[in-house]
Amino acid sequence: MARAAKVLLNVPAIRKDFPILLRKVRDKPIVYLDSAATSQKPKQVIEAESDFYTRYNANVHRAIYELGEEATREYEGAREKVAGFLHAKAPSEIVFTKSTTESINLVAYGWGIKGKLKEGDEIVGTVMEHHSNHVPWHFVRDYKGIVLKHVGVTDDGRLKMEEYEDLITKRTKVVTVAQVSNVLGTINPVREIAKRAHEVGAICVVDAAQSVPHMPVDVQALDCDFLAFSGHKMLGPTGIGVLYGKQGVLEEMEPLLGGGEMIREVHLGHASWNDVPYKFEGGTPNIAGAIGLGAAVDYLTKLRMDAVRAHEMELTAYALEQVHRLKGVHPLGVEDVSGRGGVLSFTMDHAHPHDIASILDVEGICIRSGHHCAQPLMERFNLPATARASFYVYNDVDDVDRLIQGLRKVMEVFA
Amino acid sequence: MTDLRELYQEVILDHSRKPRNFREMAEATRTAVGNNPLCGDRVTVYLRMDGDRVIDASFQGQGCAISKSSASMMTDAVKGKTRAEADEMFERFHRMVTSGVPSPDDVAILGKLAVFAGVSEFPIRVKCASLAWHTLRAALEAQTQIVSTE
Repeated sequence: MARAAKVLLNVPAIRKDFPILLRKVRDKPIVYLDSAATSQKPKQVIEAESDFYTRYNANVHRAIYELGEEATREYEGAREKVAGFLHAKAPSEIVFTKSTTESINLVAYGWGIKGKLKEGDEIVGTVMEHHSNHVPWHFVRDYKGIVLKHVGVTDDGRLKMEEYEDLITKRTKVVTVAQVSNVLGTINPVREIAKRAHEVGAICVVDAAQSVPHMPVDVQALDCDFLAFSGHKMLGPTGIGVLYGKQGVLEEMEPLLGGGEMIREVHLGHASWNDVPYKFEGGTPNIAGAIGLGAAVDYLTKLRMDAVRAHEMELTAYALEQVHRLKGVHPLGVEDVSGRGGVLSFTMDHAHPHDIASILDVEGICIRSGHHCAQPLMERFNLPATARASFYVYNDVDDVDRLIQGLRKVMEVFA
Repeated sequence: MTDLRELYQEVILDHSRKPRNFREMAEATRTAVGNNPLCGDRVTVYLRMDGDRVIDASFQGQGCAISKSSASMMTDAVKGKTRAEADEMFERFHRMVTSGVPSPDDVAILGKLAVFAGVSEFPIRVKCASLAWHTLRAALEAQTQIVSTE
């Protein structure tokens, strides 16, 4: 029997906080291995959101009555929690959005289209990005005539770092990269990439959707200019995301949504903007979502992000070890788990990812199959689709064992 | 209770492993390409028509077992059928994979294709099963653009 994985989180205790994990799917106990798509929520987060609506629901920032004060305090309190979680210099560097996608679009629009970029300027991305970190830059290219370049990926799923030498030039204004690939799991050297961007006076924009939920992230250490992530991938509610930006770059950026809250004064002919971050939070925000995200930050802080990371490394190492014993199953990405997050994509010789996912579904196991919103990456590897399992705080060795059993079943069906 | 056998029946697996009519057709008079952008399934349907009748049908492409076996059985089933008969098969097939209940007429007309009734338990796979059929319809209507299940 293979070595049992050493786990550093008390997973049985954690699982008790997640009521959904008690349910059955297709009459079998659920095995949820799709946290890279969205994470399950602990009752602490569900209750925090529900508590807002039950006890102190009011609009934020301007109500004079106590209910409004309380709502504002909790909303801004959530902002402070997120700032602390990332080691941002101040809460004013945290903008609440609805998602990672919206956060990146905000930068593309406010820094790119409405901002300082000119025709002939360059943006350097990578081939492994999620569509949310490709398409907004297409918009900037189409609107402003900037040049888009992409760093390639090696066969084992790492960035071809030497390509930055040639691709970054004096005309480069934005360098953007995912901290962790949602398909390969590869952890990219963001700090080094940010340094190269700054050498030519470019900003560095980081897609942290798959990193912030899973490992300690320190924006001072990374020195990135912008960093985007989603609440729903880190035990928080859907509809709430974050854009971190250094105070200086946020002040230089133009807003996307015009309206209430983001203004100082409005006259018929013109308006002036509010301070950062409110400049970017036009309209009533997702107050309940932000409060829920605050509760998620509390929950993760209590678990400790270094323990979360260690837990996922153990599970991923165990999963890789087990997968390697199966004939005809091919995992993607680097072997060394210190270089990858808890995302495990794979193909099988005789079964298409859809079929793998359907057969696992019947066994109660939830994995994802398809292109994972990374079609350029699929093209690079000449794959129409992959299957993907992803791990989080509520997964344990049993979940991996059930996945492996499920894959054996797939092999039986397609033998 | 959902049984895997409802979806991956022996005949489906057989057609997936050894798809029938799996070739390009140089002498095709109608061709159409279909794709399911959500998952990467892609199929090209080739038809040789004599007036209103399908004389020969074949396909090429890549995709899951459901899409491949559906295309394989479809190309067998439409050979010799008129356009109206092929259209009727499409309607019945589509209704069956969404409702899961083949009528006695469906069984008579669809024959082996009735095994796809089980797809209804896996609604997201309906697109896999019907991709080839949408593509067939495009070929019959002599559409030139790529048809998609979206």
